[in-house]
Amino acid sequence: MVNRHDQLQIQGRVVIDGSATATIRKSNEPLSFWGGFDQATGEIIDRRHPLSGVMGAGCILAIPFTRGSSTTTSILIEAVRARVAPAGIITTEVDAFLALASIVADEMYDASFPVLSVDQDAFDKIVDGSRARIHRGGRITFL
Amino acid sequence: MSVTLSAADRSFLEGEQGEAGRMAMSILVRMADVFRVDKMMDITRAHVDSPIYMGIATMEYAEKLASMGARVRVPSTLNVSGVDEHGWEEWSVPPDVAANAARQMKAYVSMGCLPTWTCAPYQTEHRPDFGEQIASGESNAICFFNSVLGARTERYPDLMDICAAITARVPARGLHLTENRSGTTHFELSNIPVSLQENDAFYPVLGHLLGKHDPDGVPVVSGIEASVSEDRHKAICAGAASSGAIALYHLVGHTPEASSLEEAFHNRDPLVSIPITMDDIRAAYRDLTTATNSTLDMVILGSPHFSITEFKTLAPMLRGKKRHDGVTFLVTCSRAVRMIAGELGLLEPLEAFGGRITVDTCPLASPMLPDRISHIMTNSAKYAYYTPGLLDAAVAFGTLEDCIDSAVAGRIERDESIWGF
Repeated sequence: MVNRHDQLQIQGRVVIDGSATATIRKSNEPLSFWGGFDQATGEIIDRRHPLSGVMGAGCILAIPFTRGSSTTTSILIEAVRARVAPAGIITTEVDAFLALASIVADEMYDASFPVLSVDQDAFDKIVDGSRARIHRGGRITFL
Repeated sequence: MSVTLSAADRSFLEGEQGEAGRMAMSILVRMADVFRVDKMMDITRAHVDSPIYMGIATMEYAEKLASMGARVRVPSTLNVSGVDEHGWEEWSVPPDVAANAARQMKAYVSMGCLPTWTCAPYQTEHRPDFGEQIASGESNAICFFNSVLGARTERYPDLMDICAAITARVPARGLHLTENRSGTTHFELSNIPVSLQENDAFYPVLGHLLGKHDPDGVPVVSGIEASVSEDRHKAICAGAASSGAIALYHLVGHTPEASSLEEAFHNRDPLVSIPITMDDIRAAYRDLTTATNSTLDMVILGSPHFSITEFKTLAPMLRGKKRHDGVTFLVTCSRAVRMIAGELGLLEPLEAFGGRITVDTCPLASPMLPDRISHIMTNSAKYAYYTPGLLDAAVAFGTLEDCIDSAVAGRIERDESIWGF
């Protein structure tokens, strides 16, 4: 859902609630965290991915979904522990592995991050490099 | 929170069953909310993939649960770990990784899990019954339990499977529920020679094909005329759960929920019907190979872990032969299978051949291979799928005969006539 009359804002579906303000790094390509995200530095290291070389730490990462199943969870938790995880994640599909990572990060390190899913129309409106705020309840505003 | 909780669930959440039980139930209930599931349900068995060591955080997670007194409430087999506990020094495992991975193993054993250390838990005596509700991690095991044994499990990620084992509860969703177990796509074998179906190498290729064509679905395959052994099913599972996320398939006439096409589709018409031709099989076969020349450093067998039956097949094929000096020959299996194979005299031919065995883990789960290994051959679709990315090596897929011939020759040699080339 995109409100065109006002400042751009998107209402996402809350997968994991929370807030974050950061730069959006967006790609239409799904990302495999295994082999794609450096759990020590937070850099995106999948050399075939459009975001290759981008620092994923601290950003709001917008990708359609993840590839690589259960390792996604473990790698993200390692990244949370090393303080190089994304500040928030926006996807188009509800991704159990991202959700579990945020929940376990909360239980283990008191450091969950918001995870939202949005419909394809809304996803298409998100611009790489823009600055955005994820609000509790799933609203995304752009700064 | 929208999920309905039983009194026992609430007791866990309130910490009355201990702090580990609170944490495990909290994770499960929050995941139920993510899926918008309104009910929890019982499980009576688990297979836990969480021992795989990914770094300090996975070790801390295990040790945190253990230190809070976590105990599993149902029989829980353990998947591979990050290290061959007693054999790692023969390989290139960094000592700190070996030490941490072993700590993680101990933590899961301390919770009462069974130290099976295998990705093929269906080879142990701890097999679920038909219809039994269980929680399993490890993609090939999930697929085997659902498809071949008719047990019922969703795809449980690492770190969540142990929560289910500790509480004996899971969100009621997905493949636990009858309505989600019907087929999605009908694949009909079309003029696939029975002679090819009689070759074990057909099954990993079939699995790879299913995963590529119906990655999130429940594929239904009809037209298989050969007998499908558990090892053949294992090979389908490993292929289909690597190239795709398949957690259940039906082979009409061969798997317990598919005595007929109608049963496999719960009396609905298939949404999609796709013939599988020899061209499709050849394409899937070629897709499993990235090697562009005949260089060979290593042959790996046993993903999922090698079975006793496979050792019985392998042993006579190795007699009187010796691997080439330049080729490492490795079989991965569980401790229990190695012990039984030894008692049956099946390991001497392997030793005489110059082959080695790794237990507890495999090169995909343990950083054990030296850097010089950059060209690998295998008869496993799972090893073939993950080798280029995970091991940074070129891979060639072949039959078991091809793998042995190549290990002897010191270069990749494949008889591709069975594929109709």
